[in-house]
Amino acid sequence: MSTYPDNLKYAATHEWVRLEGDGTATVGISNHAQDALGDIVFVELPEVGATIHAKDEVAVVESVKAASDVYSPISGEIIATNATLADAPETVNAVPYDGGWFYKIQISEEQELDELMDADMYSDHCEDG
Amino acid sequence: MAQQTSLYQKHLDSGAKMIDFAGWDMPINYGSQIEEHNLVRNQAGIFDVSHMTIVDVSGSEALEFLRYLLANDVAKLDEVGRALYSGMLNETGGVVDDLIVYRMSFGYRVVVNCATRDKDLAWIQNHAADFDVSIEEQPQLAILAVHGPEAIEKVCSILTRDRAAISKELKNFRGFESGSWFITRTGYTGEKGLELILPSIEAPGIWDKLLAVGVKPVGLGARDTLRLEAGMNLYGHDMDETTSPIAANMEQTIAWQPKDREFIGRQAVTDHLAEIQGGTMPILTGLVLEQRGVLREGQKVICENGEGVITSGSFSPTLKHSIALARIPVDSGTCQVDIRGTLTNVRLVKPNFVRFGKKVFE
Repeated sequence: MSTYPDNLKYAATHEWVRLEGDGTATVGISNHAQDALGDIVFVELPEVGATIHAKDEVAVVESVKAASDVYSPISGEIIATNATLADAPETVNAVPYDGGWFYKIQISEEQELDELMDADMYSDHCEDG
Repeated sequence: MAQQTSLYQKHLDSGAKMIDFAGWDMPINYGSQIEEHNLVRNQAGIFDVSHMTIVDVSGSEALEFLRYLLANDVAKLDEVGRALYSGMLNETGGVVDDLIVYRMSFGYRVVVNCATRDKDLAWIQNHAADFDVSIEEQPQLAILAVHGPEAIEKVCSILTRDRAAISKELKNFRGFESGSWFITRTGYTGEKGLELILPSIEAPGIWDKLLAVGVKPVGLGARDTLRLEAGMNLYGHDMDETTSPIAANMEQTIAWQPKDREFIGRQAVTDHLAEIQGGTMPILTGLVLEQRGVLREGQKVICENGEGVITSGSFSPTLKHSIALARIPVDSGTCQVDIRGTLTNVRLVKPNFVRFGKKVFE
């Protein structure tokens, strides 16, 4: 698994967005984020149906080490959340870009995607600390 | 530059994530803290704790000196090899450090915390001036702690036949000297195991042998969750120089008898004991949160008769929910913890959560 998959867009706060091509997107946290957090033990996800704005705190990740807020990279309505994470939060550590996704969102503000980073920019962002 | 133990390269070879710990480059984990934690509860793990400070005390008045320096009574160590846990208090009854003291053939060996090394050495030296004692730090020694249900068997399998025979039979809190080695049944995890105090130069070879028989390296992250489950205090978090041992669940480590033994802080802790009976001194207790969420150090505890604070908190990998140590008013009844702005009910329990892999509180 690549640390910075090319098909994703990234927020400076270490969330990723995958555009599904139908006006929806899937959101999760990056490999860099899960690695920094360490073993994840709880994930608190938003309610399906909630309308959220970009940069809102939408989820909380609790690792053995610390609690960390997750900010939505984009605005829209939550259309699904990852039920697997309730019983197996460690999935985020194992496969952050795949089975470890957080929620799916109906995008309301397409132009916000332009503010996100591509894989190269995000890789530089992480290496700059 | 940070100091490194003789096992630094071994940690890198095992894929350690290194952090700065009180000026030392130490492994926080080798991949997954929870997996390492579970290894110690179910099999056997090895910790490099060579950063800890070893101080040997010898001389004709070593016994008298330590009976004055420490709140527990070294006179209880009636045989060479026996170990004792104690607080080292200041005059106001605050905890300068907590430590393990071993009776040795040459006198006593004291193992104190690494983060408190400088002040401890200064404190010990200052008070030693009135006694005929010699105080010598032993920086050339490494400490390997091997713990878990399979630990003793695994360690014995790589020791010389003589050392293995004695190690197998050691009772808890006892050790023995063998050449430049000291092998002891002490630890900080709530599991059985052995600590090997040996010349640093020999440590990498022993580390390799233990890994070869299936003992896995465990980082300081898991060491913290293991000791928390075992209800053991961590200096600088659960107590410090401003905390009475009475308010840190360390009352049992103060030797009140004989009454005529003078030790530093005796008058102060005697007063503290009266304060706890009068309800003005807080206690250190265990908290359990069975629903989702994680209790963390520094979170406020709101009780019927006052406020307290979490001194150590984490997710318990063994119990699969959060546990904590908290300093709260005595007789607190029901308590809530302010977790990131939400008041959450917690259960008060004795500060001892897991022993030998099993839940021990009701």
